[in-house]
Amino acid sequence: MLLVAAHEISAIPGAPMSYWRTVAWRLARDRATLVAGTLLLLVMLSALLAPWIAPYDPNAGSIRLRLAPIGSASHVLGTDEQGRDMLSRLLWGGRMTLVAGLTPVVVAFLLGTVLGVVAGYAGGLTNTLVMRTMDVFYAFPAVLLAIAISGALGPGLPNTLISLSIVFVPRVVRVAESATVQVKGLEYLAAARASGAGVWQILRHHLLANVLGPVLVFASTQVSLSIILAAGLSFLGLGVTPPAAEWGLMLNTLRQSIYVNPVVPALPGLAIFVTSMALNLVSDGLRDAMEIRA
Amino acid sequence: MTAAPLLSARGLRKHFPLRGGVLQRTQAWVRAVDDVAFDVSPGETLGIVGESGCGKSTLARLILRLVEPDAGSVWFDGEDVLRVVPGRMKRLRRDMQLVFQDPYASLNPRLTIEDAVAFSLLVHGAGRAQAREKASALLDRVGLDPRLYGRRYPHELSGGQRQRVNIARALVLDPKLLVLDEPVSALDKSVQAQVLNLLLELKTERALTYVFISHDLNVIEYVSDRVLVMYLGQIVETGSADALSDTPKHPYTQALFASAPSMDPDRRMERPPIAGDPPNAINPPSGCRFRTRCPFAMPRCAEAAPPPVTVAPDHDVACYLYEAAPAVTA
Repeated sequence: MLLVAAHEISAIPGAPMSYWRTVAWRLARDRATLVAGTLLLLVMLSALLAPWIAPYDPNAGSIRLRLAPIGSASHVLGTDEQGRDMLSRLLWGGRMTLVAGLTPVVVAFLLGTVLGVVAGYAGGLTNTLVMRTMDVFYAFPAVLLAIAISGALGPGLPNTLISLSIVFVPRVVRVAESATVQVKGLEYLAAARASGAGVWQILRHHLLANVLGPVLVFASTQVSLSIILAAGLSFLGLGVTPPAAEWGLMLNTLRQSIYVNPVVPALPGLAIFVTSMALNLVSDGLRDAMEIRA
Repeated sequence: MTAAPLLSARGLRKHFPLRGGVLQRTQAWVRAVDDVAFDVSPGETLGIVGESGCGKSTLARLILRLVEPDAGSVWFDGEDVLRVVPGRMKRLRRDMQLVFQDPYASLNPRLTIEDAVAFSLLVHGAGRAQAREKASALLDRVGLDPRLYGRRYPHELSGGQRQRVNIARALVLDPKLLVLDEPVSALDKSVQAQVLNLLLELKTERALTYVFISHDLNVIEYVSDRVLVMYLGQIVETGSADALSDTPKHPYTQALFASAPSMDPDRRMERPPIAGDPPNAINPPSGCRFRTRCPFAMPRCAEAAPPPVTVAPDHDVACYLYEAAPAVTA
């Protein structure tokens, strides 16, 4: 293993690697990111395959089997306060939580990058208009803003997605705008203009290529926060509506059972913790791997 | 001048607003370039020299219309650059290119150097293969083996190598005029000489015209036919490189040459000929802008800026110490 690595390092000066190959090469060498990435992949896979691998219907309960402990004969991870199988609910809940966590960040990434790049590149009045509007949203703490919007729109998954998107767009706009302004001042952009390139050619080949990286890394750090916020909204009764399984909602409904069976109610919390931790580690690794070293 | 000038600037002016406060009101103006006029003949090298912050780089960008001037005109090859339609401007850009000062900020970190050079060709409608081929040939010409370096990224190259890429990128469109904005200032002395010689070779080879901007008098003397001395956004003296180094007229030019370190031990300077920093370009002194540091300043220097005076053929100086040579009328 060490020999292989040494051989590959010595091979760098002779045969230059493309940027993305370099990134992949660095990621493959980063053990913490690999472990976190594998864990994340497992969570995603289990959420995706929930309909096929969940042993029970997540919404079918049994009054006689309420709050069965972990390791029960027929329920490996026990049952919740309505006697529903915890393993099945965790698998199905992951689906909902991941959707609620990922979608707003993807929306914010797309919308925020467009707004940020336009504001940064256009400058002047456009920049002032876009950025000051974003500042209005930025002035509220994230949780408060999400609660306020969700409260106004009412509970349900679509409204959760809308409110969380509104929370994350201004953040992405800020990062995209500052990256754009920084790149805009560099001489290679002036060189592109001097060559006669049009706005679109400059944006595509020179600006976006250098702005998307930092924005992507930033967005990846926001996924874990989004998952926690989505779970938080459900916990407060503003997100996913019962009886659907969602980690935050499960935490809420199991809350009262904590004195009867303290371990089972902790499971959705543990799932949130592990997933967001893994996301943070992966985005850290991504940031290190994508860094351009001079 | 016998031939029609390739590049001609008249009354060029650029003042940058300094904004501040909550409302971003303009609070002052930085007078980067103030009423500058000059001609560049085909095939010559015009050196522009001056201290940091005297407006040299702004002037370079004004010539190439990367910054729009507040007033004045730029004529290139018989066309008014500031008033042509966008389509024609794109065509004109092929003929006038720029080499930048900072070898690090001037190359896109995400493009291989071959792609960086080929980009301009693609902009002007060349096919991908054709652009690659031409880029490779030029990289080879500037001393970078395209097979070894073509697919590399800028961060894998040294400063001198990056500057060679910059030169290749500027030349790939076969321009007539190359504006070089401090092209060797960021490089080591030994690398400077290599890059300067490469530039001189390329000039002869491709019949180029150079506008060479630098703060380094030794470099300017080495490459230039004619030299233009700038002080706080204005031209104080123009003349042939020889005339300026042998008989500098303006007190500022004299001070500049006196402060350049000499190899001749008999010409060691006793004390620095000018002291202090140049005044702020935000509120430059009235009249002659050099008067605050000038050993010969007179009361009339504060009243109005001295107009350029021809002291010898093709040697102009803007200073009250000199009177116009009697007009030669045929």
